[in-house]
Amino acid sequence: MTNEIPFKKIWWEDPLFKSSTAFLAWFVFGLSVLLVFILGKFSLPSIAQFGLHFFSSTEWNPVTENFGALPFIYGTIVSSLIAILIAVPLSLGVALYLSELGPMWIRNPLNFLIELLAAIPSVIYGLWGIFVLVPFVRKYVEPFLSACFGFHPLFQGPMYGIGMLSAGIILSIMIIPTISSISREVFSLVPASLKEGAFAIGATRWEMIRLVMLPYGRSGVLGAVILGLGRALGETMAVTMVIGNRPDIAISLFAPAHTMSSVIANEFSEATTSLYAASLMEIGLALLVLTLALNILARMLVWSFYGKAKGTRA
Amino acid sequence: MKSHLRRRAENKIMTGLMFLFAILTIIPLISIFAFVITKGVTSINLDFFTHLPKPVGEPGGGMANAIVGTLLLVSLACLWAIPVGILAGVYMVEFAGPRIASTIRFTADVLSGIPSIVIGVFAYSLMVLPMRSFSTISGAFALGFMLIPTVLRTTEEMIKLVPQTLREGALALGISRFKTTIHIVLSTTLPGIITGTLLGVARIAGETAPLLFTAFGNRVWSTNLFEPIAALPLQIFVYAISPFEDWQRQAWAGALVLIMMVFVLSVVSRSATKRKYSFS
Amino acid sequence: MENDTIETEMTAEQTMTPSLEETRKVKMFTEDLKAYFGTFRALHGIDMRIFSNRATAIIGPSGCGKSTFIRCLNRMHEFVPGARTEGKVFLDEKDLFKKDIDLIEIRRSIGMVFQRPNPFPTLSIYDNVCAGLKLSGIKNKSFLNQAVEESLLKAALWEEVKDKLNHSGMSLSGGQQQRLCIARALAVKPEVILFDEPCSALDPISTGKVEELIHSLKENYTIVIVTHNMQQAARISDYTGYFYLGTLVEFGATKKIFTNPDKQETEDYITGRFG
Repeated sequence: MTNEIPFKKIWWEDPLFKSSTAFLAWFVFGLSVLLVFILGKFSLPSIAQFGLHFFSSTEWNPVTENFGALPFIYGTIVSSLIAILIAVPLSLGVALYLSELGPMWIRNPLNFLIELLAAIPSVIYGLWGIFVLVPFVRKYVEPFLSACFGFHPLFQGPMYGIGMLSAGIILSIMIIPTISSISREVFSLVPASLKEGAFAIGATRWEMIRLVMLPYGRSGVLGAVILGLGRALGETMAVTMVIGNRPDIAISLFAPAHTMSSVIANEFSEATTSLYAASLMEIGLALLVLTLALNILARMLVWSFYGKAKGTRA
Repeated sequence: MKSHLRRRAENKIMTGLMFLFAILTIIPLISIFAFVITKGVTSINLDFFTHLPKPVGEPGGGMANAIVGTLLLVSLACLWAIPVGILAGVYMVEFAGPRIASTIRFTADVLSGIPSIVIGVFAYSLMVLPMRSFSTISGAFALGFMLIPTVLRTTEEMIKLVPQTLREGALALGISRFKTTIHIVLSTTLPGIITGTLLGVARIAGETAPLLFTAFGNRVWSTNLFEPIAALPLQIFVYAISPFEDWQRQAWAGALVLIMMVFVLSVVSRSATKRKYSFS
Repeated sequence: MENDTIETEMTAEQTMTPSLEETRKVKMFTEDLKAYFGTFRALHGIDMRIFSNRATAIIGPSGCGKSTFIRCLNRMHEFVPGARTEGKVFLDEKDLFKKDIDLIEIRRSIGMVFQRPNPFPTLSIYDNVCAGLKLSGIKNKSFLNQAVEESLLKAALWEEVKDKLNHSGMSLSGGQQQRLCIARALAVKPEVILFDEPCSALDPISTGKVEELIHSLKENYTIVIVTHNMQQAARISDYTGYFYLGTLVEFGATKKIFTNPDKQETEDYITGRFG
């Protein structure tokens, strides 16, 4: 029996398909490498001019062309730390409530709402921040903190509302979905046998969480927190809109500040001289390196946790 | 040893505390929605959709150009990023060895963690500087670059779910690798890929930072690919930080429109997965 | 009972002596075929002949390499990451492992039916059957219609599905799905059809139907069937090869293998003293 079907032969179809998908995959890889390269290349004038001094100098003066990034680094780190401080307990609470403590009927709707939080665009957080959060912080939060902890310089000074504290609060809201969703996944991977073991020796649900789930999921939760920290460090719009954009290092959390991303957002299109632009590029490069390092660390932690969870299951 | 009663009380208190945390998290969400909806609805009108912005300080006008601009920017971003993401994802699962696949996967994961402002600066250096002009295409490039990791990883995860026997079934019929991938593998996982992609699109539609130095914004009507173009998030940003009450009012209206766009995309994406196929 | 069936259905072929077998037309044969998964060798040099228009059964305990063997016959084995082959496989005079061989053409001449029914979930029954034609560039509507009807008729499925050709292939029962997959393989007009434990996921009634079908296909096609079910091998095959630990222990007429095998291991396996 011979093959009498008039098949069409397109010999180049498969080789072309394979090579074009390969090309596009490497294209994505290449673009990412190019990103690091370009940022590096464009920051060269600033790196050559200021060296390491760039990261320790607090002067930021476009007129005299003297640039130091310390106020921005300080602002980025402090605002992110505030965010982590608020977001971690809240996210863990949400994650535990969603995976272990809450009644079944509430879990899905609650989870949906938390996911919505992640879908809101940054600029809308900023808008809400300016007109709702900042007045609230000025009227209630800052007076309260000043009354309770006013003995410490962190909580002294004029209360503008606009400033480091508001930036930290808004960041915390924005990173809660990241931390809580990964933590929830981590908690759901705690082997049932371990949990049952704790119940079998008479532990209450909370004791089981404290003695089994939290220690078991530690590396995964830590990864989630670092991933959240990465988000907070790089967040731009909402922070820019509420932090006040003043390149000073003030001890008080009530005072306006500036972050690495917000200074780029504010000044990049006005950077007329090449050194000015290069300095902003270098801040971008530093931000890139920082977030890359944190992301890689976080992913390694989460991966190692998944590896462990798979191991105990099998 | 703590007494039984104390341990039970502790359990109750901690459960209550976690519940309180969950509620505390929801409060900002409710507040944001309440304000965007009430302030947005009272500020929005027909002019908002049909008029261009008025000169500084003059009341009235709308964001017609920004709405069209956002639609154009997002469509162009999808146009280049979705094919690149899907085909790169296909390469990872169908052709690449484990080493190369994890390299690409790692690249995509790292890419998704890069701050959007850095992507904006990159697009500026790569496209705006050589072309000597802010432009629609540079904005679309930046947004697309942010979309790629989502599309790529979704495609990878979805294609991995396609049973090997389905591929073998097609190849055993003498169907080419290309046709097998397109008509059998991808068409089977399409709903999942659409869901993931639309969620990514919803995210980039609201992005502002990558557009600051690329699309830049434009107060007049333009759909020219090589000129600055208005975008809804940019316009909201500019109006929100302005001292004029009428502009702030329009910022809320813009926020309402933007949030609707984002949520419609999210809801549509979820409904795409409702169509489920069972593999056997 | 089982033995009775074999006795009554026994054909002249099954009692043939090995020397007479040599005169039959050989459709495919392998020479020193070795298959690897990474560094693990699954087949240790198989020499085997597959006779034209006959059904050849491959039996053996699980893990003996029988599936790997038939997956080498249409070069599906090397699709698994890290897998490779050595040795030779011939279809008529064609060396299938030659460098410039057209894989697509090979797979059209050598169809395959898998362990579990695997209809394409997004395609209709009609499109499932003509997928191999349509996706290889054939657009002529009447040609496709004819091919679909012909293939479904040959697969004894036409009567059951002719009124719902545009329904999803997944809407059929397991046994129907498997016959759909057979129809799909028939549509590209293969010369050889490989069955990889085609009934292992089916109920007894569906199994009966598929076996009947395979029996009728022998007229026009060369059949190779892997099975772990010895009764099935005895019922439908003319020749049987017994595999153990990646080697072909014994090959011969089914009748001989099942009644008077040369090797003690074969007899142990057949009589159930093993595995």
